[in-house]
Amino acid sequence: MNMTTNSNAVAPVIEAIGLQKSYGPLEVLKGLDLSLERGEVVALIGPSGSGKSTFIRCLNMMEIPTGGIIRFRQKRVGDRFRDKGEDIGIGTLRRHVGMVFQHFNLFPHKTVLENVTEGPIVVCKRPKAEARDLAMDLLIQVGLGDKHAAYPAHLSGGQKQRVAIARALAMEPEVLLLDEVTSALDPELVGEVLAVIRGLADKGMTMAIVTHEMAFAADVASRVLFLDQGVIAESGSAEDVILNPQNPRLQGFVARFRG
Amino acid sequence: MTYTWDFHSVWQYYDLFLWGLWISVVYTFGSIFFGIVIGLATCAARLSSWKVLNAIARVYQEIFRCTPLLVQLLWFYYAFPLLVGGSIDNRVAALLTLSLYVGAFYAEIFRGGIVSIDRGQHEAASAIGMSPAQSMRRIILPQALKRVLPSFINQSVIQFKNTSLVSVISVADLAYMAAVVNGQTYRPLESYTLMAGLYIAMLLPLTQAADWIERRLRVSD
Repeated sequence: MNMTTNSNAVAPVIEAIGLQKSYGPLEVLKGLDLSLERGEVVALIGPSGSGKSTFIRCLNMMEIPTGGIIRFRQKRVGDRFRDKGEDIGIGTLRRHVGMVFQHFNLFPHKTVLENVTEGPIVVCKRPKAEARDLAMDLLIQVGLGDKHAAYPAHLSGGQKQRVAIARALAMEPEVLLLDEVTSALDPELVGEVLAVIRGLADKGMTMAIVTHEMAFAADVASRVLFLDQGVIAESGSAEDVILNPQNPRLQGFVARFRG
Repeated sequence: MTYTWDFHSVWQYYDLFLWGLWISVVYTFGSIFFGIVIGLATCAARLSSWKVLNAIARVYQEIFRCTPLLVQLLWFYYAFPLLVGGSIDNRVAALLTLSLYVGAFYAEIFRGGIVSIDRGQHEAASAIGMSPAQSMRRIILPQALKRVLPSFINQSVIQFKNTSLVSVISVADLAYMAAVVNGQTYRPLESYTLMAGLYIAMLLPLTQAADWIERRLRVSD
């Protein structure tokens, strides 16, 4: 241990405290807490309708929580786009917290390269040449350097998702949120996307991953949360939660996915 | 029946036809320009979460979409001045009415284009930190405009034809001039056939261009 280690080294990057989300009378999230430390990979598993996607979408305010707070680098996230007083704005939060979606959501009117440079140029105001170099590096990293001039319509699902990951990485995020990123892919394309994510985990990227790939979650996640009916029903290491579940509902859930 | 065509006597008034055609073009492009401005504003109002603005935009749209253009022209020229006291120049009334009329339709075309863009596009833009305005300008609008271009051109073609109605309030457009020439020559067949030919000559290239653009856009999708 180094004497000069500052408190940031152990302080969480992003936290959810007492997070609630309701749609009218429907309570989707019933007070969830989560604290992500730098370099941690947390997998969220659970049956559909358990609230795991809503939860991860609240972490970058894609859904506005109806109760509880989100804290990013120990600062509360407000409800405005811009920073206000002590609160940081939603725009600031999203600039540092990347998200990858189930359905890729690439910009179809822009090339692969433009998809990736859009954030750095428009949001971060970085020089175009610099953004382009960064984007090319990232595309090569996800194995798509040769596709930089293609339009999304000409890519396979797996390629699209890897571009989407590069687009999120181009913002140089401190946290990456992955919302069922392989669920819309043909089975034979899942592996190439998971390989990219595993590479990010190895490099120490902080991630929250909603997934139905149990083997992948067990392999890559340092912590696994089982969400059920809007609460975190169980949490712990992958061995405890996936390989040796105690909660009967979790046992049933995991057994179904083992096949 | 044997009819001896005599375009020659009608064509002597070619300057009237060409001037009328020019006036029709001016009113078409003028009203398209103001119509786009009105249409965008109305579209923004319809998409805003401010209920009062929303309602005003809706009422405007329904009034202009549910009354004939001819009725609107007569109302603005003959009735509106009595309502506000004073008089209105027939050219101003014509341009105002044409613009308000086409703006109501444009607004609906623009709105349809914007809401047809997948929600995920806005989410993806937001996720990389874009503001709602940046997302609209850089991600949503370019895709929406591309999608509505064929309907937009179609509505604009209709608008060109609609300008012929301004002749009823004595604006000297192509239709008005054709009637004038007919009065001079007593040659309705030639006068009105020439007028129709000139409308076709103007609009046929436009509809062909629209088809071509539509085909091209489909390829790049």
